[in-house]
Amino acid sequence: MSATEERTDGPVPDSVLAPDGTLREGREPAMASEDVLAAFRLMLLTRVFDERAFSLQRQGRLGTFSTVTGQEASVVGSAFALDPARDWVVPQYRELPAMLRQGFTLERFLLYYVGNPVGNLMEEGVNLLPFQISLATQVPHAVGLGWGLRHRGSDGCVITYFGDGASSEGDVHEAMNLAGLRRAPVIFFLQNNGYAISTPVAKQTAAQSFALRAAGYGFPGELVDGNDLLAVYEVTAGAVARARAGDGPTLIESRTYRLGPHNTADDPTRYVDPEELEARRALDPLNRVRAYLHAKDLLDDEREAALRDELAEEVAAAVNAAESYAAAHPRQIFEHVYARPPDRVTRQQREATADRGSGP
Amino acid sequence: MTVMNMVEAIRGALEHELERDERVILLGQDIGRNGGVFRATEGLQERFGEDRVVDMPLAEGVIVGSAVGLAAAGLVPVPELQFLGFGSQAFHQIEGQVARMRFRSQGRYGMPMVIRAPFGGNVRTPEMHSDAHEAKYANSPGLKVVMPASAYDARGLLTEAIRDPDPVLFCEPLRGYRLIKDEVPEEDYTVPFGQARLARDGSDVALIAWSAAVAVATKAAELAAAEGISCAVLDLRTLVPCDTDRVAELVARTGRAVVVHEAPLTAGFGAEVVATIQEEAFWSLEAPIRRVTAYDTPYPIASIEEYYIPSAERILRSIRQVAGEG
Repeated sequence: MSATEERTDGPVPDSVLAPDGTLREGREPAMASEDVLAAFRLMLLTRVFDERAFSLQRQGRLGTFSTVTGQEASVVGSAFALDPARDWVVPQYRELPAMLRQGFTLERFLLYYVGNPVGNLMEEGVNLLPFQISLATQVPHAVGLGWGLRHRGSDGCVITYFGDGASSEGDVHEAMNLAGLRRAPVIFFLQNNGYAISTPVAKQTAAQSFALRAAGYGFPGELVDGNDLLAVYEVTAGAVARARAGDGPTLIESRTYRLGPHNTADDPTRYVDPEELEARRALDPLNRVRAYLHAKDLLDDEREAALRDELAEEVAAAVNAAESYAAAHPRQIFEHVYARPPDRVTRQQREATADRGSGP
Repeated sequence: MTVMNMVEAIRGALEHELERDERVILLGQDIGRNGGVFRATEGLQERFGEDRVVDMPLAEGVIVGSAVGLAAAGLVPVPELQFLGFGSQAFHQIEGQVARMRFRSQGRYGMPMVIRAPFGGNVRTPEMHSDAHEAKYANSPGLKVVMPASAYDARGLLTEAIRDPDPVLFCEPLRGYRLIKDEVPEEDYTVPFGQARLARDGSDVALIAWSAAVAVATKAAELAAAEGISCAVLDLRTLVPCDTDRVAELVARTGRAVVVHEAPLTAGFGAEVVATIQEEAFWSLEAPIRRVTAYDTPYPIASIEEYYIPSAERILRSIRQVAGEG
């Protein structure tokens, strides 16, 4: 077996749509057609954004960031199963569309990557933690958050995203164990995208599937085709219903594929077989939804072209807004470190301000 | 006023805050039914229920990591690490998450939590139970580090810590749990952060210490007094924020100083205190500042630990040295 070849010796990922966009035998869509169209819009927005942002990064206008490309069905399908008014998202860093659906904006995302920390501010009422660079450390936060929501009488639940690489961190084990014990309303959404930078899944785990781990923590584990919007939605909606009913957590392994680099600083041609990439491109999750919507006559090439123009304008407006925002000021080094800062920090801030003059 | 030991004072603060603020929730290993391995939470689960005093699985990382989520949900978690030495298994959550979440989220998610952690030597514990790791945490911006030396301060500082909107590491000296006893008021009170306490006044040498080392320094001051050397003992109470003004003021008066701590010498918080004196009180110094600390070796087996952490006799030798110089 090559490093990233689909495992054939383990459980088979659940799928609703075949790669050609037709419903698999005996399956019904769990999403209303207009929701599928709305989900496609968010998937396409993500793709359009990734393309534009990647180009901005190459022009030196954005810092290093990670694209979602290839994982749109996985992120959007799971996010659509949530109620943003009461449910929470605890992201890693490759889940922009899930953040947007919770009420975060492209402008803020871009603002952070053009270099202003204010971009990381989630407005009050947006049920979202900041994205997390330190892999898997957010998974215990999600458990505490779900537990805390329940403690305070809310029926909200929490989805936390992490990857096949992060799954090797100890925090994931500790968090899942606690979630099982407390029946915390948490969905552990593991996006298995084939690689942790260059490390293939086969070098990350000897197990046939990450979903199998759930048994060891006393809650269900599901394996789903992460390139299938309808399947991802359906399995996540089931996990949300369980969490809301007080039946505790679910682990979902969403088996998808990272079509782009790990981030803008990575060159996957060093480690990804071009033939493998070609084969995976054919399974682009957008194609599957597109074909489904074409068959329903909710989309055609003309309407998609118009939608693409609309989304490109949306992205351009966000880029423009982020780039016209005031540049980060050195005083922001000292802001929001403490609610009640030690005198020493206050003095450092004063001295830094007095010393600065024209440069650092 | 009632005379009580530190563990009773700590329990009193926890009980009072659980009663006062329904957002306060305690979590840790063995803290519920067992009342904590040192009885700091004895009777609290019976009184406040299993949802407010929560027995946790044996996993420091998620004890602290889940507290981040509890705080984001609007609660005031008080996670307990059974021993500070095992805090290393939660260090990434404390330094990288708890301490920075307010900063990262630009003020949206403050972390009003208190991580309680016993530590310290001369109580014959197994490996890793005694280590004084405070400097690692003092070097973690966003966090406050509190190290009481008396029962009065333990109650007042813990109450302050629970009410403070910033995250606090609250280090409790094992040796003081039963041995340190003093008068604690019945009524509600707090001890503000960043205000060092003059545990003993004196004019020749300033001894600067925190936590259980304050009592040892005070003993050394008594021995020195018998030799005609007058020592002041300054209890820092909190390392972050650090009362640098009070340190500078005292050393400006004595001109001589000895810093005492239970942690190893190199990069211990004593180095920070010495550097501060050098910056703030250099022209008052009449002799080089000395440090009396543990050695730069791992914490030894319990049978010889009294040779490792500072004793009153070792401190006295340094007092004589600085008093005789210059």
